[in-house]
Amino acid sequence: MIEPLLKLSDVHTHVGPYHILHGVYFDIPEGELTMLLGRNGAGKTTTLRTIMGLWKASSGEIRFGEKDITAMSTPDIARSGIAYVPESMGIFTDLTVRENIVLAARSGPVDSARLDWILGLLPALKRFWNLPAGNLSGGQKQMLAIARAIAEPRRLLLVDEPTKGLAPVMVRSMIEAFKALKAAGETILLVEQSFYAASALGDNVLVMDDGRIVHSGAMSDLVADKALQQRLLGLSLDAHQ
Amino acid sequence: MTDMAVDTSATAELPRTKTDWLPLLLVPALALAALPFVGSGSTWVTLTVAGLAMGMMIFLMASGLTLVFGLMDIINFGHGVFISLGAYATLLVLGPLAGWAAAESLGLNLALLGLCIVAAMAVTGVVGAVFERVIVRPVYGSHLKQILVTMGGLIVAEQAIHAIWGASPIPIPLPETLRGAFVFGDIVVERYRVVAVGIGLVVFIGMQLLLNRTRIGLLIRAGVENPEMVEALGYRIRRLFVSVFVAGSALAGLGGVMWAFYRQTLTAGMGMEVMVLVFIVIIVGGLGSVGGCFVGSILVALVANYVGFVAPKLALISNILVMALVLIWRPQGLFPVARR
Repeated sequence: MIEPLLKLSDVHTHVGPYHILHGVYFDIPEGELTMLLGRNGAGKTTTLRTIMGLWKASSGEIRFGEKDITAMSTPDIARSGIAYVPESMGIFTDLTVRENIVLAARSGPVDSARLDWILGLLPALKRFWNLPAGNLSGGQKQMLAIARAIAEPRRLLLVDEPTKGLAPVMVRSMIEAFKALKAAGETILLVEQSFYAASALGDNVLVMDDGRIVHSGAMSDLVADKALQQRLLGLSLDAHQ
Repeated sequence: MTDMAVDTSATAELPRTKTDWLPLLLVPALALAALPFVGSGSTWVTLTVAGLAMGMMIFLMASGLTLVFGLMDIINFGHGVFISLGAYATLLVLGPLAGWAAAESLGLNLALLGLCIVAAMAVTGVVGAVFERVIVRPVYGSHLKQILVTMGGLIVAEQAIHAIWGASPIPIPLPETLRGAFVFGDIVVERYRVVAVGIGLVVFIGMQLLLNRTRIGLLIRAGVENPEMVEALGYRIRRLFVSVFVAGSALAGLGGVMWAFYRQTLTAGMGMEVMVLVFIVIIVGGLGSVGGCFVGSILVALVANYVGFVAPKLALISNILVMALVLIWRPQGLFPVARR
């Protein structure tokens, strides 16, 4: 049996007085794109923040490869090979596009072949290279956030709602970008509200509700089963097309 | 790798870089507006140069605090003690090298000033590291506790200065060649003020280069805006915090040296006395903005000088008035730094 790249076992997270995650279990297989779906407040963002150590798990275990990263600090988790794109994108608006990417390449200058690949993937960034990132539109900022996450090779990308608030044309662009990343063999855990985007991208799907994983399986199975969609997500793919 | 590409550039307009000139224009506009009120051109030049020099000294004292405030979200009321401590550290150099101060050699006098600055920055840097570890670190995230604890630290440090150097004011000599003034017709420019402007400019340019041309500078600017994301990129922001706190304390020490020679008297409370001005300047400039702190310092000092000459009775409230007007215009200060 192939060991998963990321494994969460009975993870509980408290944020202040609130108990948000109530024993989360899931595995993320290497080289695949896993979608994490669920309604607002289900605990998706908390799950990503807990994996990154931004909120500490109060109990349970998070294993990344061979390492137990449950109690590790956020910088150490990032250094172990996990890149994170938060829902807010976390762009440094005072810095230029170039400076944002320079900062993301922790080990030194960005490898030029990799930079060519990134700018080939997200060519809009090339035009804004020396402009402050604060001047970019929402979609361009999202692209910069993704470019920053892949500025150096990482073993896992955690991306929180990359299509949120974007115009349909940008959503399509974003989907194409993730398809290209998938084709490049990246392992991705992607939080989404849009079932349209999720169904177009996901190899696997996890559905959360009330701080627990209530469904896990192949994305194609969920796409094919309208009754399951209705039960888990209160929607059908048809309604979103 | 893949050849798939996402090109949204066709639909996107190229955004223009916004250069915010208005706050920068404020300084020359203010200076020109003051000219008719002052009346005499030579007096205006004298007041303007004196204001610039005072602004530079305020900038030196405030620049470290704005970084600490902006990056670490720490309200450090104890910053004033680093100004006082820097001032007192000059005694470590002036004691053994008193002859250099009396010598009529510009080289020796400037070397003495340089050594005083090095000693002050070293002492305040070390004390800053201890202050951060013992006093500030336990109260990260709680502004009320920060105010109370750093005020407590300030009182303890001031009493320590009394215990070490005594409670009486200590006069210090301005190096011989830095005394007096350059006189051009009716225009009088004090020599020491020229030196203060020079040192202030060097520090400002150095800080701009550091913040804009180096990775550590990028990290500081990014950390001011979003420390959590800096950590998520794999950088240990706590180490950056300590470095910035130490640098901020050392800069306060440098400001303390300049302030001490300007006053030519040392008192333990001299740092605390200027803290109101320092806080006004960093609020006017925009918390965390070094450029804003620079412009704000000059603005506040020029206004104080012009108002002090034209309407002396208003001089006491002029700084508060500047702050109020700037905040009405720009509630986040002249150069708002994007915040988390």
